[in-house]
Amino acid sequence: MEVLETTQPAPAAVGAVTAPATSPVRQFITCTLADAEYGIDIMAVREIKGWAETTALPHAPSWIRGVINLRGIIVPIVDLRDRFGQGTTTPTPMHVVVIIQTGARTAGLMVDAVSDIIAISPGDIRPVPEMGVEAPENLLAGLVPLDRGMVALVSLDQLLNFPADVAIAASQLPNA
Amino acid sequence: MNFDHLRATYFEESAELLESAYEQLAALAEGRADAETVHALFRAIHSVKGGGGAFGFDRLVALAHVMETLLDLLRDGALEFNAGLITLLLRGTDLLADMLSAERAGEVLPEGEEAELAAALAQAAAVSAGTAHAPVAVGQVAAETVSGWLIRFRPHPAMFRNANEPLLLVRELRRLGAVSAVADLSGLPALSQLEPEDAYVAWSFTLEGPVPRAKVEEVFEFVIDDCDLAIEPIAADDAASDVDADVSIEGPQVAVAAAVPPGAMSRSEAPVVQSVRVDVGKVDRLVNLVGELVINQAMLVQLGSQLPPDLCPGLIGGLETLSQHLRELQEGVMAIRTQPVRSVFARMPRLVRELSAQLGKEVRLVITGEATEIDKTVVEQLADPLIHLLRNALDHGIEPPDVREAAGKPRQGTVHLSAEQRSSRIVIEISDDGRGIDRSRVLTRARERGLIAPDAVLSDAETDELIFLPSFSTAATVSAVSGRGVGMDVVRRNINALGGRIAVESRFGSGSRFLLSLPLTLAVMDGLVVTVGAEALILPISAIVESLRPPAADIHALPGRGAVLSIRGGYVPLLPLHERLGIPGAVNDPARAIVVIVETDHVGRLGLVVDDLVGQQQVVVKSLETNYGPIDGIGGATILGNGRVALIMDIPGLAAGASATSPAPQAAPQSAAALH
Amino acid sequence: MAKSVLTVDDSRTMREMVAFTLRQAGYDVFEAEHGQAAIAVLKTKPADVIITDLNMPVMDGVALIRALRADPKHRSVPIVMLTTESDANKKAEGKSAGATGWLVKPFDPERLIDVVKRISP
Repeated sequence: MEVLETTQPAPAAVGAVTAPATSPVRQFITCTLADAEYGIDIMAVREIKGWAETTALPHAPSWIRGVINLRGIIVPIVDLRDRFGQGTTTPTPMHVVVIIQTGARTAGLMVDAVSDIIAISPGDIRPVPEMGVEAPENLLAGLVPLDRGMVALVSLDQLLNFPADVAIAASQLPNA
Repeated sequence: MNFDHLRATYFEESAELLESAYEQLAALAEGRADAETVHALFRAIHSVKGGGGAFGFDRLVALAHVMETLLDLLRDGALEFNAGLITLLLRGTDLLADMLSAERAGEVLPEGEEAELAAALAQAAAVSAGTAHAPVAVGQVAAETVSGWLIRFRPHPAMFRNANEPLLLVRELRRLGAVSAVADLSGLPALSQLEPEDAYVAWSFTLEGPVPRAKVEEVFEFVIDDCDLAIEPIAADDAASDVDADVSIEGPQVAVAAAVPPGAMSRSEAPVVQSVRVDVGKVDRLVNLVGELVINQAMLVQLGSQLPPDLCPGLIGGLETLSQHLRELQEGVMAIRTQPVRSVFARMPRLVRELSAQLGKEVRLVITGEATEIDKTVVEQLADPLIHLLRNALDHGIEPPDVREAAGKPRQGTVHLSAEQRSSRIVIEISDDGRGIDRSRVLTRARERGLIAPDAVLSDAETDELIFLPSFSTAATVSAVSGRGVGMDVVRRNINALGGRIAVESRFGSGSRFLLSLPLTLAVMDGLVVTVGAEALILPISAIVESLRPPAADIHALPGRGAVLSIRGGYVPLLPLHERLGIPGAVNDPARAIVVIVETDHVGRLGLVVDDLVGQQQVVVKSLETNYGPIDGIGGATILGNGRVALIMDIPGLAAGASATSPAPQAAPQSAAALH
Repeated sequence: MAKSVLTVDDSRTMREMVAFTLRQAGYDVFEAEHGQAAIAVLKTKPADVIITDLNMPVMDGVALIRALRADPKHRSVPIVMLTTESDANKKAEGKSAGATGWLVKPFDPERLIDVVKRISP
C-alpha cells in the first residue's frame, strides 16, 4: 500500500500531542515506585539527581529522610514510598531524587526511577476514586489511564504540606 | 514639565525627614536638645513643604506652612518652646505623615482635625510679635498705551557685589524692544582716585515699544534695592530722542571687601559623614558570597589537612591567613547590613501617644539604646512583635490613672524600651510599671483550657511562661486594641524564627519585663563541630563555657530524671544529645563521652553529652525554615567542608525542652507541665 | 559648550527637581548637599551659575554666599537663592551677602529657567 506523505507540524517535544487550542496540554515526568507510576508536573521539576546521603532531621516524620545540600541551599528529601504509606525505602545509589519547587519551597522526592515524560490534556484526567489506589487520596491530583497502565498525578502542594505534619510530629516529642 | 518621576524620591525623603522630626521633637521634649535641633526640625518641615508644593499637595503645604512659620519663630528665639507647642508640633507631624501616606496611596485623607490643628498652630505663632511678612507688592500694571520707556538707572556698589551685571540688564531690556543708552560719566573721578569697587556710572535707557511696565520692572527685579531706578513712560506722541549708543558699558569688577571669614560657618560643626546609598539586593549578594567563601575555605582546610604536611608546607599557613582575611571581610560586610534599631523604635512613641489617648491612660515612653546596631533583616521583622508587646503593656499592663493613684503609684505609667548589645546577641527589653502578671488568673485560665493538670504546681517563672501558649488570653473582653488571636505565642514564634528568644519577668503589682534576645547577625557564627553517632552537629561557641571528659565518679544518676555532673562544688544537669535528637549509634555512657557545658539565659548551665569534638570553625547559617520548618532545639543548618549538611543546635531551645525532662539545678523537680 | 549649574540643597528631591528642569533647558547640572560640600566640589569643577537653598545643615545658604563672594574665583558668579515666603529675614541676609537673584519655592520650572538665563552672561 502506498503511504502518502502528509505534511504534519513537527512535534514540539517528546510525546507532544497536538491538542485543540482551548485546553492547554501539561507535561508530566513519570516516576516509578516498584510497579506503580506517578506523574509530577514538569513545571515544578528543577532537576533530577542521583541519590546522595542525607542528614537526618530530629523528630521528623519517617517519610522525611533528611536534608541535603543543593548548591548551598538546605533541601529536605521526601521518601515518596513512605509518604504514600507503602513502607520505607532503603536507598541505594540507583535511586533517584527529583528536585521540585512549589511556591517558595524546594524539596526532593526520592523515587525508584524516572521513566518517561508524558503530555496530558485536562480532559484525560480522571478523578481519584476512594478505594483501589495505593496512595492516600489527598496526595493525588488525579489519574490518567494510559495504554501501559494508570499514572497517578501527584498533588505537590499537599505532599509538601510540612508545617501541619511537622507540628503534629513535634507534639509527639518525648517530653517526660 | 512634570516631576512625576520624582514622586518616589519625594515620598522616601519625606519619610526620612519626618522620622528625624520625631527625634528632634523627642529631644526637645526631654530637654536634651541643642542649638542645632530646632534648625534641623525647621529644615525637615521646610523640605517636606517645598517638595509638596511642586506636586500640588495643597493641604500638606498649607499645614507644613503653618508649622514652618511657628518653627521659624522658635529658631529665631522669638518664641520659647513649651510642652503645649511640642504637642502641637507632634500632632502636626503625625498629620503630615498621614497626608503623605494618603498621597502616596492615591487616597483622599478625611478632614479630621486638620483645620483645628492648623488654627492652633497659627495662633501659637501669632502669640509672639509676629513679623507679618507682607507680600511683595506688585506694581499695578497700568494699561497705558506707551510707545516706550525712559529708564534712569544708577547702580550702587552693592549691585556689583551681587554679580548683577548692567550688561546683562541691557541684554534683557533688548529682548523687550530696541534699546538705546546714554551713559552719564559725570561721576567718574580721575584714574588715580578710581576705586575699582565703587560705582560711578549711571545710564539713561530708552526702550522702544508698547512694553508693559511689569516687564520692565522684572528686568530690574533683583537689583531694585541696589540702585537708583526711575522708569517713566514715553507717551505715544513723544518723539524718541536721539541717543548715541556708543558707550562701553563695563561694570567695574566686583571685589568684595573682606567679608565674613570662612570660619564663620553657621550653626552646627557636626562632622560630615559621607554615605553611599546601596541597593539592599547588592548587599545581600555580597553577604551570600562571603558566606560561600567561608564554606569554600573550610573545604580547602579539610582537603589540606588530608595532605602529608611536607607536601606543601606553605599551604596550611596560607589557609590560616585566608581565614583571618575572610573573617575581617565578613565583619565588614555584616557591618554594612546592620542598622540602628532606631528605625524600628522611631514609630513607637507615636503608637504610645495614640494608644494612651485611646485607652484613657497616661503613659510615658522612655527609649534607650536606639543606636544599637542590628542586622537589617532582623530589624524589619522586629516591628510587629514590638508593637504587639507595647500594645500589651498599654492595654493590660498600665492601669488607668485613678487606679494607679489609689495604689500609690504616679498617675503616669512608664514604659521602657531599650536595646543593648551583649557579646554576640542584642537584648531588647520592654518593661512597664503596671500591674504585672496576675498569676492566679493565669493558672485558672490554663486549667480551664486544659493546658496544665488541675493539680499541677508551677513556679512563678513557669506560670509566666504559660502566657506564651497558643490562644492564651486572660482578658475577659478581648480589647479592640490588643486584638484576638495575635497572642504571645505568635510573638514568640516570630522572635524564634529570627533565631531569638523571648522571656518574661513579672511582679504582681509592680510591672512586667519582656526580654528579647536576638542574634547580632543571622548569617554567620563561630561554631564547634561535634559528633553524635554518625552525625556531625554544630554548637554555637558563644554559648559554650567549657568542655571536658568527665570522670565517672562525678556523674550521678537521679532515678527517672537523668543524670547530673558534679563540678567544682555545683551540679550541672546532663542532656545526652543522642537521646534528645533521636540519633542512633552514639556513645551512651557519659563517662566515655565528652560533656560540653553551655550557658543558657534561663535554665543556667547545661551539660550536653556528645561523642567527640571535631574542631572549631566559622559556620554559615542556612535556614531550615525556608524549605522545611522550625525544629525545636535546632537553630539552622550549615554545610561542612565535606559538603555534608550539619545541624546547628539552638541552645535555648534545647534548654527549654530540657527543663521539662532534666533536673533543674536549683530545686526539686517540678511536675511535668507541658511547657513550650 | 553647555553652561554648568551647581544646585545646592539638603533635600535630594529639590536638587533633582532643579537638575531635571535645567537639564531640559540644556544646562549641565551638578549637585551638593550643603554649603561646605558646594565649596568642596567647586574646587575641581567650576559653575557658571549657582542655585542654593538657604536652609541647610553644616553650612547654610547665606554662609555659602558669603564664602563664595569672599573668594576671588567665585565673586562674580551669579547666585540664585531658593527661598520660601516665610523666609524674609534670610532672604535679606542672602541678598546682603551677595546673592544675585532669588526664586520662591515651590518654583515654577519655566521661571527657574528664565531667571537662570537672565542672570548669566
